[in-house]
Amino acid sequence: MALLHTVNKSPYQCTSLQSCLQHVRAGDTLLLIEDGVYAVLKGGKAAEALSAANGVKVAALSADLKARGIGAEKMIDGIEVVDYGGFVDLVEQTDKTQAWL
Amino acid sequence: MKLGIVVYEGPYQHEASDTAYNFAVAALQKGHEIFRVFFYHDGVNNGTRLTTPPQDDRHIQQRWSELAEKHGLDLVVCVAAAQRRGIVDEDEKNRHGKDADNIAPGFRISGLGQLIEAGIQCDRLVTFGD
Repeated sequence: MALLHTVNKSPYQCTSLQSCLQHVRAGDTLLLIEDGVYAVLKGGKAAEALSAANGVKVAALSADLKARGIGAEKMIDGIEVVDYGGFVDLVEQTDKTQAWL
Repeated sequence: MKLGIVVYEGPYQHEASDTAYNFAVAALQKGHEIFRVFFYHDGVNNGTRLTTPPQDDRHIQQRWSELAEKHGLDLVVCVAAAQRRGIVDEDEKNRHGKDADNIAPGFRISGLGQLIEAGIQCDRLVTFGD
């Protein structure tokens, strides 16, 4: 069963991404939304842990990246950028959604 | 796909109500059905009709009401969370002897059973919150 995990908190603010990464499995998708998108910053606190998530698709919401001035040049490799429609598609493509609030 | 949406955060707090709204709009545009939006904890504050944000800001509460009217959405506010935070409809007003009600158009007050039912009936339950 594939899960969609959503993380909406900055890794500089709390440990929800850390907790999530301890539970994701290969085949799952992790979607970063709201302040959660700060995790994609190159050289940032979460960069290493995110890159090490093998077999997990990592996506980030385009509107939230844009609102925080995070362009492609500031992002680590392997992040899929999706809009709200893409968010809906990810919900549909996975079996369940888990929000790490 | 039949969707249930849960909102745990009030308007103008962080971003959860905005994200939930934008997600709902995108889902409807793609032809999905939204079975119910359940507002819980501080999320019930999305359901007051008395908010007056500055004119150049988004009107989060009104946006929900308009979306509900346009698409026949079922917006449900948790009764216990609403009582604590002063979100009142006509029935609650009479039951508790209050001098006014403030529920916004398109919202209704009901119990947690509505959330459980959404969890059972929907293909996916998507949660937004703080």
